[in-house]
Amino acid sequence: MARPRKKRNKEIFALGNEAVVEGALLAGCTFYGGYPITPSSEIMEIMAQRLPLIPNGSFVQMEDEIAGLGSVIGASLAGRKAMTATSGPGFSLMQEHLGYGCITETPLVIVNVMRGGPSTGLPTSPAQGDVQQARWGTHGDHSIIVLSASNVQECLDNTIEAFNLAEKYRTPVILLIDEITAHTREKIIIPNPDEFEVFNRIVPTMPPEWYKPYEETVRGVPPMPSIGSGYRFHVTGLTHDTNGFPTSRPDEVRELNERLFRKIDQFLHDVQLVDEVDTEDADVVVIAYGTVARSAELAVKQARDLGVKAGLLKLSTLFPYPRKATERVMAKAHTLVVPEMNMGQMSREVKRVNNGQVSVRTINKVDGQIITPAEILKVLTRV
Amino acid sequence: MVDMKGTQLIHEYLRHNKKFPHVFCAGCGHGIVLGSLIRAIHGLGLSKDEVCVVAGIGCSGRLAAYVDFNTVHTTHGRALTFATGIKMAKPGMHVIVVMGDGDSMAIGGNHLIHAARRNIGVTALILNNNIYGMTGGQCSPTTPSGSFSMTTPMGQMEQSFDCVELCSAAKANYVARGTVFHVKKLDQMIMDGISNPGFGVVEILTPCHTQYGRKNKYRTPVDMYKMLKKDVIDIERYNKLSEAEKAKKTPSGVFVQKDEPGLEEKFYEMAANCQGGA
Repeated sequence: MARPRKKRNKEIFALGNEAVVEGALLAGCTFYGGYPITPSSEIMEIMAQRLPLIPNGSFVQMEDEIAGLGSVIGASLAGRKAMTATSGPGFSLMQEHLGYGCITETPLVIVNVMRGGPSTGLPTSPAQGDVQQARWGTHGDHSIIVLSASNVQECLDNTIEAFNLAEKYRTPVILLIDEITAHTREKIIIPNPDEFEVFNRIVPTMPPEWYKPYEETVRGVPPMPSIGSGYRFHVTGLTHDTNGFPTSRPDEVRELNERLFRKIDQFLHDVQLVDEVDTEDADVVVIAYGTVARSAELAVKQARDLGVKAGLLKLSTLFPYPRKATERVMAKAHTLVVPEMNMGQMSREVKRVNNGQVSVRTINKVDGQIITPAEILKVLTRV
Repeated sequence: MVDMKGTQLIHEYLRHNKKFPHVFCAGCGHGIVLGSLIRAIHGLGLSKDEVCVVAGIGCSGRLAAYVDFNTVHTTHGRALTFATGIKMAKPGMHVIVVMGDGDSMAIGGNHLIHAARRNIGVTALILNNNIYGMTGGQCSPTTPSGSFSMTTPMGQMEQSFDCVELCSAAKANYVARGTVFHVKKLDQMIMDGISNPGFGVVEILTPCHTQYGRKNKYRTPVDMYKMLKKDVIDIERYNKLSEAEKAKKTPSGVFVQKDEPGLEEKFYEMAANCQGGA
C-alpha cells in the first residue's frame, strides 16, 4: 500500500468483502444502496447489519443495480459518503449513472468484484475482465479513478483510499477486486482512527447567493454543499455552465469538459498508487494487479533465487494509468511481463506507454482459474 | 411568508439567474403543473430549503431547473431512485419527483412500482400527456389504444397503462389523478400528496397538442383543454355511470389515501432501537 502507516492494533480474520465494509465504515461511509450479486453479496449483507448501528447510517436494497447507484448518487448529493458494490453484469447496468456521477461531480465509491464474462459468465470464478469497462464503460469522454486490491488488507486500505479520492476530487471512484481476493479469509489489521487520513468534501463558506456550484477553483474542484444546507442549486447530467444550468455554448462546454479532466490529471502523483518489489536493478519487471500480483510476487522471488534479476510493479491504481512508474522501471528493464486474467486489457495500457521501447510479454488466462506463480516463473526464466 | 397571489407568488419561487424563456411550447400544460406545485408548497408553508425537486428526462424533466429549490435533473426514468437516496439521507426533506409518462411507466416502470411497494416518503407527480414529447411524438405506455403517434402511424395496437390502477396495486400510500384544467383541485391534490406520509402519486393529465394533438384531431391547445373538461370527471360521478358511459370518461380524484409510515421513518425507528439496545 502506498500510504505508510505506523502502529496498528486490532487484528481480525476477515474476508476480502468484509474488509471492504470495514474500510468503508472507517472512511465515514453512512449510506449503502445496491442490489445483491455474487461474488460481491457479502458486502451488501454486512452493510445491512452494520449501518443501522451507526448514527445516521442508512441502507436500502433497491430493485436493481441502476436503482442502486441512483440512490447512492442521491444520498451523496444529500451529504452522505455513499457506496455500492456489484459484479460484472451489475456494473454494466450502472454505467449510465457512472457517467452522471462524473459530470455532476458526485463523490461515490463503486466496488466491482469481477467475475468471468461476457454476460452472466462465471458467477463465482475469478476474472479481471472489467478493467477497460471501468475506464471507458460509460459514454462520453471522462476522467476516472480506478483502484485495485491484491489481498484482504488492501481491500480495507484501498477502500479508505477510494473514499478519500472520491471526496477530494468530487468524482466516482471504482475499486476493482477479483473473486479470489473477495472470498479469501486472512488476518488483517484494523488501524486506529488516528493512524490514517480521512478526507471530507470541501463545503462552501461563502454566502449562498455568491455560490456558483461549478466554478473553477485552484484545484479545479468546486466546493460542494449538501442538499438542504441553504445552498440551492441545480444538478443536471446535461452539460452545464458554472451555475449548473444546461448550456451548449462551445466555450462553456469546453471549459466544463476540460476541467473535469484537469482536476484529476494535475494531481497524478496523488492519485497513482503503486508498489515496487525488487525493481531497482531488475532486467525483467512484472506489471500486475489484483490477486495475480500475489502470484507475481512469489514468482519474482523464485526467479531471483534462480539468478534472474526480476522485479514487480504492483498497480494499486489502474486508472489514470501510472505512466511515470512504468517509465521508471522501463529505464532499466529490457522486458515487461503483464499477466492478467483477461485477454490483455491492462497490457494495452502498458504497450501504449512502452510504445515499442522494450519487449512486452503478456500472460493471459480466461478459464476462470488464477494465474499461478509457476506460470509467471516460466516466462520470467525464458526472457 | 407574506400573503402573495398569482404571478407575484410564482415569481417568488422562480430562479432569477436562470436563462428564460423556458422550453415549453405555447399551450403546454407543464407550466400549469409548475404553478400548482409552487402554490402547494407555498400553501403548506414549506421553506425553499426543505424542498427537493427531482426530475427525470424529457419536457417534464426541464421543469426543475426553473424553480428555486434544491433541484436535481436526473437520468431518464431513474428520478425515483435518486429521490430514494435523498429521502433516506435527509428524511426531514420534502422530496418531490416530477416525471413524464414515459419516464415513470416505460423506462422507469420498475422503479415506480418498487417505490410504491417500498412506500418511500416521496411524492411523485406524473405528468401524463400520452406521448413522448421531446423526442418527437412517439407512442408512450399511456398512449390510448387506437390513437396515432410517430411510431404508431396505423394506430396503437397495444393496451395502455392506467397509472392509478398500477400505483394502487403496487400499494402506494396516496394515489390521485387530476388535470391541468381543474387547477384548484390539482393544487389540493399536490398539497395532500406532499403532506401524506409514505409514497404519494399524483397523475396529472396534461395536454401535448404539439405532438399528440396534431395527430389525433385536437388541432389547437384549446381543443385539448376542452377534451379534459368534457372527459375527465370526478370519481363519485364516474361511479354512477353505466359501463358504456364509463368507457368514454376518465375518473379523477383521490383513489387511495393511507397513513402507513414511510420506509425512512420505519428504518430510522429500527436503527434507533438497534443503537439504543447496543
